[in-house]
Amino acid sequence: MAKGIFVYRVAKWLKSPTPYLMLVGFALFFGAWFLLSEVFKVWRFASLPGPRQVLVEWFNPNPVYGMSLYTPDYYMHVWMSVRRVLYAFVISTALGVPFGLFLGWSKMFREFTFPVFETLRPIPVLAWVPLAIVMFKSDETPVIFLTTLASFYATALNTMLGVRSIDEAYPRAAACLGASKWQIFRHIIIPGALPFIFTGLQISVGVAWFSLVAAEMVSGEYGLGYLINSSYVNVQYPIIIIAMMSVGIVGYASSALVRLAGDYLMQWRVRELALAGGG
Amino acid sequence: MNAPASVMATQPSGTGHARKGAIRIQNVDKIYDAQGAAVQAVSDCTLDIRAGEICMIVGPSGCGKTTLLNAIAGFHDISGGAIYLDGEMLCGPDKPKAEPGPDRVVVFQNGALFPWKTNLENVAFGPVVQGKLGRAEAIDKARGMMADAGLAGVEHNYPGEISSGMRRRVEIVRALMNDPKVLLLDEPFRALDSLTKSVMHEALLEIYYKNKVTIFFITHDLEEAIFLGHRVAIMTTRPCKPKKILEVDIAHPRDYSVLTSPRFRALMEETVSAVHEEAVKAFEAGEKEM
Repeated sequence: MAKGIFVYRVAKWLKSPTPYLMLVGFALFFGAWFLLSEVFKVWRFASLPGPRQVLVEWFNPNPVYGMSLYTPDYYMHVWMSVRRVLYAFVISTALGVPFGLFLGWSKMFREFTFPVFETLRPIPVLAWVPLAIVMFKSDETPVIFLTTLASFYATALNTMLGVRSIDEAYPRAAACLGASKWQIFRHIIIPGALPFIFTGLQISVGVAWFSLVAAEMVSGEYGLGYLINSSYVNVQYPIIIIAMMSVGIVGYASSALVRLAGDYLMQWRVRELALAGGG
Repeated sequence: MNAPASVMATQPSGTGHARKGAIRIQNVDKIYDAQGAAVQAVSDCTLDIRAGEICMIVGPSGCGKTTLLNAIAGFHDISGGAIYLDGEMLCGPDKPKAEPGPDRVVVFQNGALFPWKTNLENVAFGPVVQGKLGRAEAIDKARGMMADAGLAGVEHNYPGEISSGMRRRVEIVRALMNDPKVLLLDEPFRALDSLTKSVMHEALLEIYYKNKVTIFFITHDLEEAIFLGHRVAIMTTRPCKPKKILEVDIAHPRDYSVLTSPRFRALMEETVSAVHEEAVKAFEAGEKEM
């Protein structure tokens, strides 16, 4: 059933203007960049590597600056970043979802934890960098800690909103049908909050990449953020852009994976949206 | 409770079913303390609902009738008086809030089928969480009950995939799975168009003739009330209490031909002014839904 819907959606997508508009959008973006930096060398864009230069370097078996799809080092950097995001995402989800569920479920729990939570939340990840380095001695843990932080807020907050958005009639109906408090939590609160939880997880994985790069620029000795910073120091500008584009691609793929996982867990919602003509 | 002889003719005529599900609402008060301003939603309300009857509660929007239903269901407390089910106190002076339970199942105004469970899982939900039936047995029973109610074929759909009329039927079957003493219906057909509504009325009666469960049915539609009910309680606007109780002396089983019968028209005429009067009062008071 799930597979049928997937194939149907892909076929429908290919028939719609969406993929072609997407291609036009990318073409315009790269075209503008190419013209500004390589053809007309417009002021300020002149010092920027052009897309041709970047792509040639990226796909070069003998890269000028020593970094391309053909060098194992490149994959090492990508893998280190992916691994850190994975750790951070798993930790922030494992902590954030239960925390958010309890925030939404229990008024008392909310009243004594939410103000603290809301005070910590606006503090930017970068402000935590010195403390993270002092607190965690190794190279790896401060980066993972910093990456987890912002993700945790996004997941917890959305999960809480998810619980609060559940129509009062559902837990009432369940109570009528003889469900205990715990059964209501399991059968009503968790699945009822799931759409919001997955919205939160998509934001969370995006924010994880955001703060990962920031954390890697300050600490660590591998990873795409580190690569951006070290290439800047070593005046290897095309590599900066290769690393930036790599973050974009891997980041996009990771939120697409989260979305797919959500669709898989919420077939009811996929089918409802398909009927409503959306999706 | 002994009903007067003259009323017996309109009493539900079950065969072999033990009578259960009599609700006694005795001098019930409910005061809401909304933002410091006390609002009396229900005042000194006394009403006996006989076991096995369809009792229709009619009143303008916001008159406090849902408050009464919520008190019986155990969704909130009462400020005074007591409510009994078959002689046992649900809530009263020492226990202001009843415990919700499968002997009194509510069918909600906007529907409350769980969207993340299939229709079949929804129907099987009650006995499973109560531990009365194993999952497989409950699914079996649910499938049978759905087939009986003309719902074969939508078992594995989600509620969002079927029509709203179907959803209401699934929800009523989900309630009946628990063999409740009372069904509490809170304007269940309000959101349906009038054609679907008429189909649902007959479907509800059909289900009722099979199950003979007491039905406490809230509506603001007088025609619906007289068509379905053994009795119709017309409530005053807030504070809510019975203003007039109408015995509908039209024999069950009924079908839609009843609507054009002279007796039906006469009963409508007898009550329409009472309902209208309360509607005007409610409108002038500008009461909001509660």
